[in-house]
Amino acid sequence: MTLAELRGTRRRREEEGEAHAGGLHATTADYIRVAVALFIITSIEVAIYYIEGLRGVLVELFLALSGLKFLLVVMWYMHLRFDSRLFSFLFAFGLTLAVCLFVAALATMKAGLL
Amino acid sequence: MAQRAHVAEHLETSTGLDNRKLAMWLFLASEALFFGSLIATYLLYRGQSQEGPYPHDVFNIPFTSVSSFILLMSSTTMALAVGAAHRGRLHQMRTWLLCTALLGISFLAGQAFEFTEFVHKGLTLSSNLFGSSFYVLTGFHGAHVSVGVLILLSLWVMAARGRIGQHNALNVELAGLYWHFVDIVWILIFTLVYLLDPLAGGGA
Repeated sequence: MTLAELRGTRRRREEEGEAHAGGLHATTADYIRVAVALFIITSIEVAIYYIEGLRGVLVELFLALSGLKFLLVVMWYMHLRFDSRLFSFLFAFGLTLAVCLFVAALATMKAGLL
Repeated sequence: MAQRAHVAEHLETSTGLDNRKLAMWLFLASEALFFGSLIATYLLYRGQSQEGPYPHDVFNIPFTSVSSFILLMSSTTMALAVGAAHRGRLHQMRTWLLCTALLGISFLAGQAFEFTEFVHKGLTLSSNLFGSSFYVLTGFHGAHVSVGVLILLSLWVMAARGRIGQHNALNVELAGLYWHFVDIVWILIFTLVYLLDPLAGGGA
């Protein structure tokens, strides 16, 4: 192992130690990896938008890709992956209510009441 | 002041969690319902406009993709600012906070440009159902980004004056939660409004 590699390993371990001490469980490298993933997913979304052959499955693809981006941000940047489950429950509760509201409004419109 | 904040972070609570963080998550849950209802309204009225302009007449996907990427990257710089605050690297924290605020301002500038273009193409708040639901949804999101930018700049000024440090890094973390929430709302808006709507022939 070279001196530069040794220094890199030591810095990484120090950063991980500081991250845990500060109540965090993600390192700077983790955040950068998530950023790269977000960039790639967004690029794929825009690229497939222009592919005529995928028109039939675009809705499913877009929903899956945006769901993946949503999860990456919520789990890593908002720390729900590491934080108390109560926070996840509260957030999921708000999202569930929002979906219920949409379904209820849709059903009301279909019934011609709106 | 700083000492009081430090003590507050170690208070015993009935949940064992910091009440400020719990309150922020409760607020975000209510915000999810708020934006959920706005997005639901947009989707329910999709394709029901009697006259144009329609989504495919006005949307500029490459431009909005760049705006979306700017907002996504601002989430990354925000996460780096929170990490630096927890590790006590205050200079880095200030730099990342400022980067996040500048990226947020760039996003807002892009939205202002986009709205201006749309108005020139004849889409106003009262043009049709698409215009009303689109401007209300994206306008409220823009207002949230503006509030986020003000919070970030306030934190940056406080940090420059030495009032934000490792002992009260939670303040930066709470601002981060708000900022990331605004980002995930845009992830949904970008997909459901910009990418899917023109495909569905929204209103055409």
